[in-house]
Amino acid sequence: MPEELEAVIGLEIHVQLATRTKMFCGCELSFGDEPNVHTCPICLAHPGVLPVPNEEAVRYALKIGMALGCEIAPRSIFHRKNYFYPDNPKAYQISQYDIPICGEGKLGDIRITRAHLEEDAAKTIHVGESGRIHGSAASLVDFNRGGTPLVEIVTEPDLRGAAEAAEWARLLRETVRQLGVSDVNMEEGSLRVDANVSVRPAGSTELGVKTELKNMNSFRFLQRGIEAELERQRELIGAEGTVEQETLHFDPASGDLTSLRSKEEAHDYRYFPEPDLVAIAPTEAMLQEARDSLPELPAARTARYEAELGLDEAQARLLAGDPDQAAYFEAVVAAVGEAAEPRVVANWVTGDLTAALRAADDAERPAVQPLADLIGAVASKQVSHAGGKQVLAILVADGDADVAAVIEREGLAQMGGDDGELAGIVAAAIEADPAAAEQIRSGNGKAIGAIVGAVMRETKGRADGGEVNRLIREQLGL
Amino acid sequence: MAELTDLTVAEAAAKIAAGEISAEEYGAAWRAAAAADELNAYLWTAEHAESLEPDWNGDGESAPAGEGEATPYGSNAPAPAESGPLAGVPIAIKDIFTTQGIPTTAGSRILEGYRPPYTATAVRKLTAAGAHVLGKTNMDEFAMGSSNENSGYGPVLNPWDRGRVPGGSSGGSAAAVAGGLAPAALGTDTGGSIRQPASLCGIVGLKPTYGAISRFGMIAFASSLDQCGPFTRDVTDAALLLGVMQGMDQLDSTSVGIEGGIELPTREDLAGLRFGVPRELGEATLDAGVRAVFEATVARIEELGGQIVEITLPHAEHGISAYYVLAPAEASSNLARFDGVRYGLREAGDADLVEMYETTRSVGFGPEVKRRIMLGTYALSSGYYDAYYGQAQKVRTRIAQDFDAAFADVDFVITPTSPSVAFELGAKTDDPLAMYMNDFFTVPMSLAGIPAIALPAGLAAPEDGGDGAPRLPVGFQIAAPAFAEQKLLEAAHALEGALGFEAAAGDAIPWKGGARHA
Amino acid sequence: MIDREQVLHVARLARLRLDEAEVETIAGELSGILEHVDRIRGLDLEGVEPTSHVVHLENVLRADQPWQSMPPAVALANAPEPFDGAFRVPSPQADAD
Repeated sequence: MPEELEAVIGLEIHVQLATRTKMFCGCELSFGDEPNVHTCPICLAHPGVLPVPNEEAVRYALKIGMALGCEIAPRSIFHRKNYFYPDNPKAYQISQYDIPICGEGKLGDIRITRAHLEEDAAKTIHVGESGRIHGSAASLVDFNRGGTPLVEIVTEPDLRGAAEAAEWARLLRETVRQLGVSDVNMEEGSLRVDANVSVRPAGSTELGVKTELKNMNSFRFLQRGIEAELERQRELIGAEGTVEQETLHFDPASGDLTSLRSKEEAHDYRYFPEPDLVAIAPTEAMLQEARDSLPELPAARTARYEAELGLDEAQARLLAGDPDQAAYFEAVVAAVGEAAEPRVVANWVTGDLTAALRAADDAERPAVQPLADLIGAVASKQVSHAGGKQVLAILVADGDADVAAVIEREGLAQMGGDDGELAGIVAAAIEADPAAAEQIRSGNGKAIGAIVGAVMRETKGRADGGEVNRLIREQLGL
Repeated sequence: MAELTDLTVAEAAAKIAAGEISAEEYGAAWRAAAAADELNAYLWTAEHAESLEPDWNGDGESAPAGEGEATPYGSNAPAPAESGPLAGVPIAIKDIFTTQGIPTTAGSRILEGYRPPYTATAVRKLTAAGAHVLGKTNMDEFAMGSSNENSGYGPVLNPWDRGRVPGGSSGGSAAAVAGGLAPAALGTDTGGSIRQPASLCGIVGLKPTYGAISRFGMIAFASSLDQCGPFTRDVTDAALLLGVMQGMDQLDSTSVGIEGGIELPTREDLAGLRFGVPRELGEATLDAGVRAVFEATVARIEELGGQIVEITLPHAEHGISAYYVLAPAEASSNLARFDGVRYGLREAGDADLVEMYETTRSVGFGPEVKRRIMLGTYALSSGYYDAYYGQAQKVRTRIAQDFDAAFADVDFVITPTSPSVAFELGAKTDDPLAMYMNDFFTVPMSLAGIPAIALPAGLAAPEDGGDGAPRLPVGFQIAAPAFAEQKLLEAAHALEGALGFEAAAGDAIPWKGGARHA
Repeated sequence: MIDREQVLHVARLARLRLDEAEVETIAGELSGILEHVDRIRGLDLEGVEPTSHVVHLENVLRADQPWQSMPPAVALANAPEPFDGAFRVPSPQADAD
């Protein structure tokens, strides 16, 4: 039997920053405009031009670095990465090399190697031979995107599966989104995730030969691409073959991975320090400003919900991933106070409320106080859970409704045991279904459901399920 | 009254401002002189242009101004201002500076026909001070050369002797000023490209501190070394132009400007100033005539009250080695943008992409540019970076430290500017290393980023000339600590007065009609 | 010393095409220059900071303020082969064919 091969995955994520202007010139960022309307001598790399870095891009990079717990370099510099390509107008990309602005960090359990600033390439569109009398196939270059600020985030190879990689990438996207520094739209390319994939015998600490996967423009494709590549590598090794280091292009339509043939000299980028730029040495004021502007991020909020509010991890993550919902949840917890556990509030917000909003065509959330009142009323058994759901539907339609008045008006006040009304209804239900009563007596506990259901129907949900159960057993002498 | 073209820039500007002479007549006289260029000093002159007004988009409308921020282009560049310290003064511009709508080639065939959409900051500052663009001057292709024989548009002739080179790379600018074809000119200096041609043409050339003048719009050769500066007939004009052009520029992150600006120098003596002569000069290879002029100049400094002190620059001898790694390395990257995609020459456009790139660049670049791109690419390539580029950067540190140590003891460092006077056309074209040695005295200051001025100090007979060959100008170089330009100009002004080069050379000076009419 | 193969490799990196005669000439010239340059390789500069720059500035940054971009006609005015508002080039994809 072949030994088990463990997946070893690292991600490289390019985040387009949502600044107003490009990384090194004042041309506005755009998406979907006519070609070459956002260009100037600088981003077209005319002779004699010089770059000047965008201060907002530096600020955004610091925010990303802090959100990922990265060490911020006291002094980082830019390098030139030299290569010829029509989408690279200077024939060098200004990037960071041995001293990135953000060093080692961590998001969740995954270690971050680095995060650095660079500029995006232009867009090349292959147009075949159209419009050309002579010559080979042509491409058109549009420099609108050229020079868009990018932060490239590189992880350590800490991910152990395709699903885990996609899940972590989602967390990263949510984190960056909440920083407000990028649109993080994978389809439009403002978030691009490449994966370095290898396998190794389980338990080994050595790294196998890795391949780089590109062009996975959704989390689903990211997962599928990695799955396909892991399968390919496992089969290859199972058949005593070897994995070759190469770059693979994922085709979302077919699910195929095709090798991008690399040019022989493609790997000699001749990096050297960019002489047109001076160092970035974040001052204490720049660092403080970035720190102060950080919202509480999903990972930290999840941890706080678990530790302070006693939520389980899945529920904490669900709430923390959506900052609006998280804020609403926390407001309701505060308004509920001692009346109910935060866990109960979380159940309402993520469960019944979400369902009710969806049922009402994605209605707005009700105001905080009415929902808190309702949760309190259910917890103190003034209204049953089923009755509470009816009140909730009314709250969703009218966000400022008075919960006590709604319970009163709709006659949903929970039936207690004192006045004998509920006992009477229970007795009638037992009498109406003698077969079920007999089964219960002879030990079939499940049969009790039929009688409980009948009582609930009769009381229109005003009865407390536990109390009904108790009364049935009492009346049957159990 | 003397001819209008006999006036220095400062004199002419003062007379124009005072209404004593007409700006139109003054400008017309210089346009006529430039149009009579027999030295191949100009690649383009205002006289031959239908209009100086740059056409932004071909429909005659002017360009839009930016939204409050500094933009690389504007509605009035490079139309000259009505008034200002240079009102009415035409200036020749090395063709390495972009000029909106005016052909700009950097001396290369790869940029033939290129019309930039923007104007260099240094040129905009001149025009904002009232100056006119008189013409674009010939140069070694992309500023790579010491003789101007590497121009894609033919060599420039030295106005003192048309069988000789004017020096390079700013040979056209130097020849234009020396030959009476321009009152002043802009050049650039990466390893000596202002100082050496100034020396070979008998005029003043100033390389300011790196960062004193914006590099925006100067077509890059070696970005960490390139600096722009003036060619003038005298030190006062050099100060005038430097004062106008210096300053921090939002479009150049490495620009600093000179604190306090620049005033016209007035100093007449050198009392209390200490001049360091490098001990290593004793063993340096230089012409006997050049050494004699240097020694005579040193004696003149002492007569003016200056003190001569021996210093040491132990790493300066490695300057050429470090320079010919660093500059080509940066150049190989800077010149990669000439790829036939967005502007300039394209060859083999019907072939595949790599063939288009290779053919365009092989046809468009001349041999020296290819040589340096090859050298620089090699020095940066995998496996060689540390041995060449990294090591050269360390030598650079040592050379800068040598100057720091010297300036702890002296105010200035003095050397000859060039090891020889102007040499004959073709004399060194087959030996690149011999050509590179022309920069021996100028490169260390470039590596250290400090200011240096070349002054015409005397005449010497060329060693490669026969009996009776006319004597040629010899330059004298004074270097100062970073941003000490005012002090440097004051000392140069005092020495210039004492040397009396113009009076001594007399009618031999081409702009006085010597060689021009020969 | 730099040999023929190295010259060809570097020429490929630099996107220059050299004919046979040029390869020979450049190999000889570069070797001569490198021989001179090699003298600095022998210097003991252990621990010396490399200088990439003589300007000791930091954090020279630009405000994130848009400026007006060039009209497309200006952007394309110098283009060797403008087409449909874009710069036309031989297709890079053709290289992989």
